[in-house]
Amino acid sequence: MSVIALHPKQQPEANGAPATILTPSQSPVSAPAPLALSLRGITKRFGDKTVLDGIDLDIPQGQFVAVIGKSGCGKSTLLRILAGLDSPTSGTLTVAGGNASERRSRIMFQEPRLLPWARIGRNVEVGLTGIAKGEVARDLSLQILQEVGLADRAEEWPSVLSGGQKQRVALARALVAHPFILALDEPLGALDALTRIEMQQLLERIWQQQHFTAVLVTHDVAEAVALADRVVVIDEGRIALDLAIPLARPRRHGSAETARLEGQILDRLFGRG
Amino acid sequence: MAKTATNTFARNLAGWLLPAALILVWEAASRTGLISESVIAPPSAVLAALIRLLASGELAENIGISTLRALSGFAIGGSIGFAFGLANGLSRLSRDLTDTTLQMVRNIPHLALIPLVILWFGIDEEAKLFLVALGVFFPIYVNTLLGIQGVDPQLVEMGRIYGMSRRQLFFHVILPGALPAIFVGLRYALGIMWLTLIVAETIAASSGLGYMAMQAREFLLIDVVILSILIYALLGKLADSLARLLERLTLQWHPAFQPA
Ligand SMILES: Nc1ncnc2c1ncn2[C@@H]1O[C@H](COP(=O)(O)OP(=O)(O)OP(=O)(O)O)[C@@H](O)[C@H]1O
Ligand SMILES: [Mg+2]
Repeated sequence: MSVIALHPKQQPEANGAPATILTPSQSPVSAPAPLALSLRGITKRFGDKTVLDGIDLDIPQGQFVAVIGKSGCGKSTLLRILAGLDSPTSGTLTVAGGNASERRSRIMFQEPRLLPWARIGRNVEVGLTGIAKGEVARDLSLQILQEVGLADRAEEWPSVLSGGQKQRVALARALVAHPFILALDEPLGALDALTRIEMQQLLERIWQQQHFTAVLVTHDVAEAVALADRVVVIDEGRIALDLAIPLARPRRHGSAETARLEGQILDRLFGRG
Repeated sequence: MAKTATNTFARNLAGWLLPAALILVWEAASRTGLISESVIAPPSAVLAALIRLLASGELAENIGISTLRALSGFAIGGSIGFAFGLANGLSRLSRDLTDTTLQMVRNIPHLALIPLVILWFGIDEEAKLFLVALGVFFPIYVNTLLGIQGVDPQLVEMGRIYGMSRRQLFFHVILPGALPAIFVGLRYALGIMWLTLIVAETIAASSGLGYMAMQAREFLLIDVVILSILIYALLGKLADSLARLLERLTLQWHPAFQPA
């Protein structure tokens, strides 16, 4: 049976999550940041194939988490559950925050998924469906396009943009309504190495400005270490490694410390850990 | 700037050189008796027929009747085809119920029904409308259905994720995605529309361009026969150009329609 408790106060104690963590106002001053997401025993089966097998994961507000794992290990499945697109076969997902708009989550895919028949500005406005319209929506989308450096392209068609620019529009669309949680499913996977690094820096900058909680699925260990506060390795449906990345930002690619952390993750991925 | 304008003008002009030369040769061949007047009338005679029929009002009347028939038949068959295409593209139930039947009917050439249609409707207006509507139905139906089925499911999922209502999803994602295919169907249907009408008017009519041509044949007015053929060609071209214009206006986003 699947129980998805979206209101922390409705969460029964029996689910294992202490109420003090779930109700931000009650947490002691010295406690870590309140939780944005809490997963308890999340299991997902397709037919008789168990893809996720009892995932427990607490993600504090504003944290940047990278999820890594071999192809087919269930990363996308986990992300879709986090973003509320799919429901787990069993287990509970608790999203903190107040009303629906305060815990809005957005997901970004490997493909930009822009509407080819809508101009770039209109594509960003799709992110405000049911939230804002007309002049307000136009202003908000222009502001966020400014953030991603494409304000001057608002009146163009998506087909004239490069792959990296299209992903920036998709990022703008995901962020225009200021989501609480941003789930990213290999959004940079199809980009060339240089554009990738540029996009990583952009993502990091906007994350620091907007303070959303980010969950990034990636195949790239270096990308995970460059961006995340914490790297979670999934293997055979379980969390095989949960590693804090305590490096100061902005981070430099290729330092000794990043190399050590990358090695640690790779060892775990290939079962040498 | 002025130079490019002159260039386009020159290029347009070049396209008309060959037809103009052909007409001159044709006229000369007729005048010198190289081509018998009973095989094909010279351009001057066709022009004379045009002026004569314009003056009597006969031509305008017949063009009007034929155009009205073509457009009414198109409107009926096209809208039914579009409606079925939408329904079967959007609803699995509707597709399971009707698609097999429609695909079976599609394999009957609609012109093969002419004897039956004459039995049913005689040579009344309904006969022509029925045939044109039937002919136009399938290209519109098939291409609308294909267009909707071809819409990128990832875009549809995106629309859902961003909270679009069914109505928004249809107008912002599904319909624009299906539009290029629908236009293919539209242009194909316009061709079938004129073809069907010509055949129907030639066989079973008491007015219209096809009827005018058949009458002229009985009285051996070969200039009028050729005039009717040319006018059919012109009307067909006009319909196609209109469809192309509409396509260019609505598919501006499509890379194929963007200025290089
Ligand atoms: N809707 C579905 N129906 C059946 N099986 C599914 C479905 N979605 C995913 N799976 C299966 O679940 C497993 C995990 O899929 P998932 O897409 O989560 O993997 P992933 O870790 O994201 O892989 P990749 O790194 O290649 O993107 C795969 O074996 C896949 O075949
Ligand atoms: Mg995946």
